[in-house]
Amino acid sequence: MPAHVQPLKVYFGVFLALMAFTALTVFAAFVNLGPANTFVALAIAVAKATLVILYFMHVKGNTKLVPVVILSGLFFLFILFLLLAADYGTRGWLGVPGR
Amino acid sequence: MASDAHGASLGSDAAAHGAAAGLAHHFDSYEQQRDSAALGMWTFLVTEILFFGGLFAAYGLYRSLYPEVFRASSHTLSIQLGTFNTVVLIASSLTMALAVRGGQTGRGKLAAVFLALTLVLGSTFLVVKGFEYHEKFVEHHVPGASFHFEGPDATHAQLFFSLYFLMTGLHALHMVIGIVLVGYVAKRAWGGAYTPENHNFLEGTGLYWHFVDLVWIFLFPLLYLIGRH
Repeated sequence: MPAHVQPLKVYFGVFLALMAFTALTVFAAFVNLGPANTFVALAIAVAKATLVILYFMHVKGNTKLVPVVILSGLFFLFILFLLLAADYGTRGWLGVPGR
Repeated sequence: MASDAHGASLGSDAAAHGAAAGLAHHFDSYEQQRDSAALGMWTFLVTEILFFGGLFAAYGLYRSLYPEVFRASSHTLSIQLGTFNTVVLIASSLTMALAVRGGQTGRGKLAAVFLALTLVLGSTFLVVKGFEYHEKFVEHHVPGASFHFEGPDATHAQLFFSLYFLMTGLHALHMVIGIVLVGYVAKRAWGGAYTPENHNFLEGTGLYWHFVDLVWIFLFPLLYLIGRH
């Protein structure tokens, strides 16, 4: 059985959405949103990445095992970030000099 | 159907089965072979996510410790060149996706043309990156003995530029590997090596290329766009 072929308009639609998001993230960087600037930039990046993964990388419509592998990888990435933040975020709590 | 393929895969019977061309004997069907290839490639890409993840973690930590100097250092990067390269890389992802679609629909020559376009766009990205690196060297923004930074905290500015060179350098290395792969796959596609049933090497190369695009999608706002207001 040949692979499921997505219509061309899906590819061009995703491309235009990625271009729009790129323009939006550059524009948003010049607007003062306070600490929310970083959050907005990352949210746009996550949206762009999701589009690329689902449509360009054919995760939508592929075997269900692939999302399981991706999510398990992201889970371990989350553990890396979480434990690093827990370490550096709590070093001042004990009051040990030099820590 | 599955048991048929098993029987045919033994000995010279496999060659007689014209329908099974490009199907490895240990797979029951093209669909199973394709799913296995996608799963294997994604397993590799997950290790790549964690590989880059370590650098992103280091970036997050030092940016939270020295936010002001990270902002000042980020402003020395060219937002025009960064945006241009982002557009180039996303366009190369589109041409790569269209090349894979050419493989899916059995149009090898079309796939090869789109792969060649991907090659041109990927090389454009690297050339622009080269000019950006050159500017960093001219301005003494490369960490080391000759490092010079106009801001108040030059020591920690080196942290930003170390991460900048490590992250974009590792990304550029992936681009070089990707360009070599795309060139090889383009040659094979032009020769008609890929069929709608089996174009798994082309699809896998596409996944790798899109992954490199994904990394840049995060690098661009984190390195170029810190507090530009």
